[in-house]
Amino acid sequence: MSQALIESTGASRGTLKSYLTGFVLSLILTAIPFALVMSGAWSASAAIAGILSAGILQILVHLYYFLHLDTSSAARWNMLAMIFTVLIMVLFVGGTIWIMYNLYHRMM
Amino acid sequence: MMTTDASTISIAHIEEAAHPDTVAMQTFGFWLYLMSDLILFATLFATYAVLGHNYAGGPTGKELFELPYVLGETLLLLFSSVSCGLVMLAVHNEIQKRVLIGLVVTFLLGLGFVSMEILEFRSLIAQGYGPDRSAFLSSYFTLVGTHGAHVTFGLIWMAVMIGQVAVKGLTYPVQSRLMRLSMFWHFLDIVWIGIFSVVYLMGVM
Repeated sequence: MSQALIESTGASRGTLKSYLTGFVLSLILTAIPFALVMSGAWSASAAIAGILSAGILQILVHLYYFLHLDTSSAARWNMLAMIFTVLIMVLFVGGTIWIMYNLYHRMM
Repeated sequence: MMTTDASTISIAHIEEAAHPDTVAMQTFGFWLYLMSDLILFATLFATYAVLGHNYAGGPTGKELFELPYVLGETLLLLFSSVSCGLVMLAVHNEIQKRVLIGLVVTFLLGLGFVSMEILEFRSLIAQGYGPDRSAFLSSYFTLVGTHGAHVTFGLIWMAVMIGQVAVKGLTYPVQSRLMRLSMFWHFLDIVWIGIFSVVYLMGVM
């Protein structure tokens, strides 16, 4: 009965395998950007691209393996709500940076 | 209804709380709260992106941040996120002892993270680099401090849940609360990925 309780919700349906897979992938995706910056091997712009891609990948790993967000029907509304939130976030952050940097250059 | 003691509520309420749709709705409602919290963090990230290079003659991130220390914080939070997931597996299998041990381990790892962050803040302020020093430090303390406050409230919540599991056992309301706590905890780890990438790693370059 309690299994039905937990399986009925989209955000919490883990297995040992899914948590361990997510853990190993997260460790790798944490090690890569830290190694990139600490070794200083890449140029600044390449390192920023590397940090951002590793960060986005790790967020996706966490969402899929830890929060069990996927395209299944149980998680559909969670997914829709998150897509909308990401849209708002992109407008917020992207819009702010766009406007403020434009202003900065006009004031110089 | 959900805050009522499980031993005092009527049978009808227990059945209502245990109804799959009710739990699904509560979980979804909490998910919507997390999404609105994400918007809050988005505004703080936007503020940091705008002000993060205004040092006002003060120190830059390169002079202040120590990456090995940040890596330690990151690993503590990642380990606690995984042990929180293992707690949910134990809840799933209804093994009360394992749930309790897992919650205590998760709590201690989270406490380690918050302690490291408080020490870091204290050392910055002691050097005269508090939030009043520059716009960079104001936005830094606001963003990282808001995340730290979330983790602290998560720890209080976790301490309460350790008590509830120990006293009440794994009843339906307790299981449902544990599920939301684990969502909150994983969510905070996701926000931390953004912080260590944007604030610390890009800050020292």
